[in-house]
Amino acid sequence: MGTKAFLSANEAAAHGVRLARPKVISAYPITPQTTLVEKLADFIADGQLDSKYMMVESEHSAMASALGVSMMGARVFTASSSQGLLYMCEMLSYVSGARHPVVMADANRSTATPWNIYGDHRDAMAMRDSGFVQLYVESGQEALDTMIQAYKLAEDPQVMLPVMVNLDGFTLTHTYDLVDIPDQDDVDRFLPPFQTKMKLDFDNPQVLCGTIGPAFHTEGRIQQCEAFEVAKKKIAEIDAEYAKMFGRSYHGMYEEYKCEDAEQVLVATGSLAGTTRVVVDELRAEGRKVGMIKLRSFRPFPKEFFASISGKYKALGVTDKSISFGFDGTIYGDVKASMYGNCGTKMANFICGLGGRDVSKDMIVEMFDVLQNLSDGKSEDEVQFIGKRW
Amino acid sequence: MKPKRDLDFKAPASMEEIPFGASFPAGHLVNPNSGYRTFAPKFDYDKCIHCLFCFVYCPEGAISKEGEKLTVDMDYCKGCGICAHECPKKCISMVKEGE
Repeated sequence: MGTKAFLSANEAAAHGVRLARPKVISAYPITPQTTLVEKLADFIADGQLDSKYMMVESEHSAMASALGVSMMGARVFTASSSQGLLYMCEMLSYVSGARHPVVMADANRSTATPWNIYGDHRDAMAMRDSGFVQLYVESGQEALDTMIQAYKLAEDPQVMLPVMVNLDGFTLTHTYDLVDIPDQDDVDRFLPPFQTKMKLDFDNPQVLCGTIGPAFHTEGRIQQCEAFEVAKKKIAEIDAEYAKMFGRSYHGMYEEYKCEDAEQVLVATGSLAGTTRVVVDELRAEGRKVGMIKLRSFRPFPKEFFASISGKYKALGVTDKSISFGFDGTIYGDVKASMYGNCGTKMANFICGLGGRDVSKDMIVEMFDVLQNLSDGKSEDEVQFIGKRW
Repeated sequence: MKPKRDLDFKAPASMEEIPFGASFPAGHLVNPNSGYRTFAPKFDYDKCIHCLFCFVYCPEGAISKEGEKLTVDMDYCKGCGICAHECPKKCISMVKEGE
């Protein structure tokens, strides 16, 4: 049955982690992640979670410790943000290449310089090629549910990939909402204890994180690529199984919201999907044929889906809370690449929300207006900064 | 006990044989260290007092104390000479390979 509570997304995520029963939590605090790991420390202190809390001296050590725990065959959790995630970067590729199913949260925050503690996606997008699965959540409820799903995905024997669950700094992490907390017994049925043979064991000694030279390195990477292809299917399967048990679904890797007869569609990620959802409803009430594609999984990227919708809409906008300097918004590049060769859709990229700048409903209306112009045959700049001052 | 080098290791012949997550059975050695060793340790067992300094200091864990005498696994020894340097009785000499 579960219980209801008024929680920030950080607290909701902490409840999700608590219910997944990690044996160890190793973390170093950083705004806006701090209240998430503080809540986990509370759970351990008051006996709600039987886990070891490791206070490490840095984010690099946090992920190194998480790798060590996973190498002992135990479930582990860590979390970071912004500069902390960047400092952790080296260990991310160790974890992913060694195929240890570490689950982490990233409270998305901009990266210096200019120094800024507020939310955007530049930290996670910089880890795009780290070999971590990247899921983005829209609400505190989704943060809780996705934490549990993330362990199920990461530890699937056919997947065995680390997962980063992304929640927007402040917009989600420090914003309160009513959240359903599932019962431990139900979560235990959904997520059995982690079991692996790939662990340090005196009875079965192994070399972990070994060397593979040029002769076979490519094939090791192909193994990783194949796991991401499997993850594409598993994300949807696990979400469907979760929905059956807990009554909440997030539609797998992406969600099409009011897209059936839509002419202008926006791709939105994380909390921006929540705001866009409201605007779509309001513009629909005015008779405008607009829709939204919520991108929940950035890695693996649902490229087959985007290829399949080439030419479907009169105009397609992509929102990005990050920039690949010298190119476009990060997600936009991937959407365009997915559609390459069969794109009959007019497209535009909207970069917004950098450094925590609020993306308002008016701005989303502005994006749809640009798409309307494109649909009507007017010309628009392809890459636009929405909400810029000058 | 330190596992012996896995001499039966065969290079993968298909995708299925690629080691998962770069994990191998213990004893896997990508290249035997002997390949780049110039000098090898040689023990004077008459002078050895079995203090195990060499065993403790060897960075490769190549020295075995399992038998009566200390022995060196030449697949793992890289010839660094730390054992010879640390030996208080100076009973380990570094001898050029092939001599």
